Amino acid sequence: MTRTAWVLPLLPFVAALVGLGLAIRGPAARRVAAIVAALGTGSAAVLAIPLAAGAVRLAGPVQAAVEIAPTGGALTVSASTLVDPLAGIVALMVCWVALAVQLYSVEYLGTDARYPTFAAEVSLFTAAMLAVVLSGDLLALLIGWEVMGLCSYLLIGHYRELPEAPPAALKAFLVTRVGDVGFLLGVLLLGRHAHTFRITEVLAAVPSLSPGVLTAATLLIALGVAGKSAQFPLHTWLPDAMAGPTPISALIHAATMVAAGIYVVLRLHPAFAAAPTTLGVLAVVAAVTMVLGGLAALGQDDIKRVLAWSTVSQLAYMLGAAAVGAVTASAFHLLTHAAFKALLFLAAGAVLHGAGTGSMSRLGGLRHRMPVTFWVTVVGALALAGVPPASGAFSKESVLDGAYAAAHGEVPGVAPWTGWLVLAAGLLTVLLTAAYLTRLLLRTFLGVAREPAAAGAAHEPGRLMSWPVLALAVAAAGLGVLTGPLPRWLGGSLRLDAGLTVVSLLLVATGAGVTYLQWRADPAADPIRRLGPRLTAALAAGLYVDRAQQALVVRPVQAVARLASTADREVVDGAVRGTGRATVRLGRLLARAQLPDVQRYATGVVVGSILVAVAVVVTR
Amino acid sequence: MIVVLLALPFAGAMLAPLVRGDRAARWFGVAVTAMTFAVSLTLLSGIGGPVRGTVDARHAIDVPWIPALGVRFHVGVDGVSLPLVLLTTLLCLLSAIYTLTALPAPGKAPLLTCVVLATEVGMLGTFVALDLVLFFVFFEVVLLPMYVLIAVWGGPGGRAAALKFVLYTLLGSVLVLVGIGTVYAATGSVDVVALSGRGGAGIAHGTQVAAFLALFAGFAVKAPLYPLHTWLPDAHTEAPTVGSVLLAGVLLKMGTYGLVRVAVPILPDGARAIAPAMAVLAVAGIVVGSLNCLVQRDVKRLIAYSSVGHMGFVLLGIATLTPTGINAALLANIAHGIITGLLFFAVGAVKDRYHTADLPTLGSGLMARLPVLGGLLLVGSVASLGLPGLAGFWGEAFVLLSAFQPASGLPGSLFTALLVVAGVGAALTAAYFLRLLRMLVTGPDVSAAAAETSGGVGVVADANRVELLAWLPLVLLAVAIGLYPKLVLGLTEAPVRALMGVFGS
Repeated sequence: MTRTAWVLPLLPFVAALVGLGLAIRGPAARRVAAIVAALGTGSAAVLAIPLAAGAVRLAGPVQAAVEIAPTGGALTVSASTLVDPLAGIVALMVCWVALAVQLYSVEYLGTDARYPTFAAEVSLFTAAMLAVVLSGDLLALLIGWEVMGLCSYLLIGHYRELPEAPPAALKAFLVTRVGDVGFLLGVLLLGRHAHTFRITEVLAAVPSLSPGVLTAATLLIALGVAGKSAQFPLHTWLPDAMAGPTPISALIHAATMVAAGIYVVLRLHPAFAAAPTTLGVLAVVAAVTMVLGGLAALGQDDIKRVLAWSTVSQLAYMLGAAAVGAVTASAFHLLTHAAFKALLFLAAGAVLHGAGTGSMSRLGGLRHRMPVTFWVTVVGALALAGVPPASGAFSKESVLDGAYAAAHGEVPGVAPWTGWLVLAAGLLTVLLTAAYLTRLLLRTFLGVAREPAAAGAAHEPGRLMSWPVLALAVAAAGLGVLTGPLPRWLGGSLRLDAGLTVVSLLLVATGAGVTYLQWRADPAADPIRRLGPRLTAALAAGLYVDRAQQALVVRPVQAVARLASTADREVVDGAVRGTGRATVRLGRLLARAQLPDVQRYATGVVVGSILVAVAVVVTR
Repeated sequence: MIVVLLALPFAGAMLAPLVRGDRAARWFGVAVTAMTFAVSLTLLSGIGGPVRGTVDARHAIDVPWIPALGVRFHVGVDGVSLPLVLLTTLLCLLSAIYTLTALPAPGKAPLLTCVVLATEVGMLGTFVALDLVLFFVFFEVVLLPMYVLIAVWGGPGGRAAALKFVLYTLLGSVLVLVGIGTVYAATGSVDVVALSGRGGAGIAHGTQVAAFLALFAGFAVKAPLYPLHTWLPDAHTEAPTVGSVLLAGVLLKMGTYGLVRVAVPILPDGARAIAPAMAVLAVAGIVVGSLNCLVQRDVKRLIAYSSVGHMGFVLLGIATLTPTGINAALLANIAHGIITGLLFFAVGAVKDRYHTADLPTLGSGLMARLPVLGGLLLVGSVASLGLPGLAGFWGEAFVLLSAFQPASGLPGSLFTALLVVAGVGAALTAAYFLRLLRMLVTGPDVSAAAAETSGGVGVVADANRVELLAWLPLVLLAVAIGLYPKLVLGLTEAPVRALMGVFGS
């Protein structure tokens, strides 16, 4: 089993290396590049099945390690694998979603000259995520963790001619990198006090660590998690990341990158659970992000941006669940979300591919021309909104129920107020989710076409794009069946409370109903128009967090940088030049000679210093 | 073998001016540096096994040189110096190969070869010397050829920059000499092995502090440590590509190596007294260097300032006075040599092709125009910003780790505060490299538009085979050390532990 765990990330990694080699040959290598990419990810996907099947039956984690970096002190870093049920299941999910994305991309980027590079980068992305999932060493985990940041940077910037792509790519890398500095410091602090970087040993050492160290380390790690999993206030990169090709959005939002942050929290949960302050902070962050994401999703015009903000909001459910101790529910939502969000993005890609735009104010009435896409989007939306029997209903209910249990003090070590907070935010977000999804469906697929020319050209995609979408639709609809076995595999429990389910279904009905009535009154107009221009503008701008970040962080740093540069030139170097000039003047005065040439100058200095040295020797 | 290591480039430097013709001289340079590299590889065979004593030099030679002063020709290598020796011979070889395709104006290949080989002798000598006077001699030998290299083959401001470089580092050398003199005055010995073994025993506290201060200030100019760094951006901006590569790749390391080999083990009490100040200045260098990078327009100047930041990490590691910190510093040293060497090769090639290093003039989209060169810049940049999985990450991560627990007697809370600030510096590093990539490498290809308006730069060729041959080894090393840092740490770990034994742990 450990052998499989070693090989699993290597397969897409090798595919990535071969693919990058092919990319140098340009578009001519498209076919081979597609085959290489599909083989790399496909073989990993096949191998992941026995790995996951074996992993869920494990009593304890299985690991193997090779030292790669002795620090010279007591600590050492090793390349290692750690297989347990959580790792096995998540690895399986990653491989299959990545495979769906790879196949879909072959057609989606059918006319893109840089497809070979793209496919290789997707393979590298997959390999990095698998390395994170299967790593047994916290510091070595950072390799995969940040290579993902690099891949997202490269892939978001794929359409280099788009004016918004390079800044979006930069932002994604930089914002997550800022969080990663915290992550690194947190891991180092944890390792220094636990005397090891091995995950199992760190967790075993948690009871012996002081609360101060645990709180500081987990808060720092949470900073990295907030960056990767797009949580407030480091969420700002994710909506902009839509500048990348749509399949990449599916990959980033479902299987990799954002999932990595939540995964690490679940992995290290015993450490978080021992730091109540951190749990409280996480709960607040999750609550804020949840509602913020839902509100912003309501105000977007671009389908992909709606979905992006929805990801921000859904990830907050997972984080909130982890904060109130509902680890299994969090993992469950991670899995179902991977299925339905990948589905929704790939379906949105089909709209973009078919109708040529993702702007809802230019779409409408697409269900006639793209019935399959319409229906799979409905399936994804039902799952996301949490309508049974679609998968999201079960996972979201179990998150809410976890919060409910924590609110009643049933979870040891979790403050009841955090439970209430997550529960209230979660229920409010259920309402918002239903509203923005209804708006998306109505404005894209129903009513009449706003731009008949674009709608007239719309068409369903070919097989390579449809099949992965259909497969994901089955998963999004059916993953609710995991409600039974998941607690058995991961430990913990999943409870579904009938009363809570009724409440959230009522909220879904309210959100969807109000939106529908608004749309019904004027199908051509935006259902949120009644909120007024100022509010809609604020929602569209993500409540101006971006602008605040720009004003509070980016511009001050730039100003300080200009200041530092001036100071360096005028003060520090000025002092040096001034000294030089003064010396020269003094030299002229003393020697009454011209400026000596460098050789004489140098000789003088050396001779002088030797004299000093001799003087020291003589006078000792 | 070490005598051969020094004699080969020395003989080469003597003979190079006699070689007729630019082509022949350049091939001559490649042959000599290749042989030197091969010789340096054979030194690996003697390394490893248990470390005996504080400095366990292998392949050692120890013969009288200036008997009157007790100065000996004492050389040898251990795990601390060997990685730097290998880096030096490799970068010299790659520079010689690169010169085959890009001979900087005004040509004069025989003289250029002579100068590069002379620099190599001085650098190698510094790393293998185990006698303080010998060390100082080699330390000085480097200056003159480097001055010539920048003054003759440099840009329009080359002479001024070279003068600044020489005067500034000469000032540092004087201080080093004063420090060595003080050590000799106090102990009557200039033998590095013996002095390290004593661990400062018999040297009064005040003398130690004074001597360390002198040595530290001298090495700090070379490293360079903030605020003694201002010679560096000028020298780099004006130096020809090979000059920049050797300057950043090797010369700066002579300062940090001097601290690790000479100053810290011989004067431990002095080190303890100065270390907090050193750490503060190191972190100031990280932040100020990074901030300067954020607003640079000249790409060579930007990379030069990035060196100030990276060497700040190295110095912070040394200032912790722990085995972990010194190990990390040595690894970061090597990584910086590889990565910054690569970056200077790449931006030098860009400057040679477009005859400017001004970022706004160069414009974005290099990747679209010259995918190979653009890709190399991308790799170099992400390696330099410390992407885990590439060489730059481990050294700096372990420096931060060591700052969590500096040697006993050092103010722990100060170091904790400093490491947080250094972390902010790491984030700034990412910011300026991403800014660089956005202004130069990624994004739309603006050359088409620029060509129409300004008469155009003509068709510019991507990296050729010779250039790739000179650069790819650095890429491969950056990846290899990034995935398996034990390649370097395996060499340094045991000797560093022995060297730092005097500090307890």
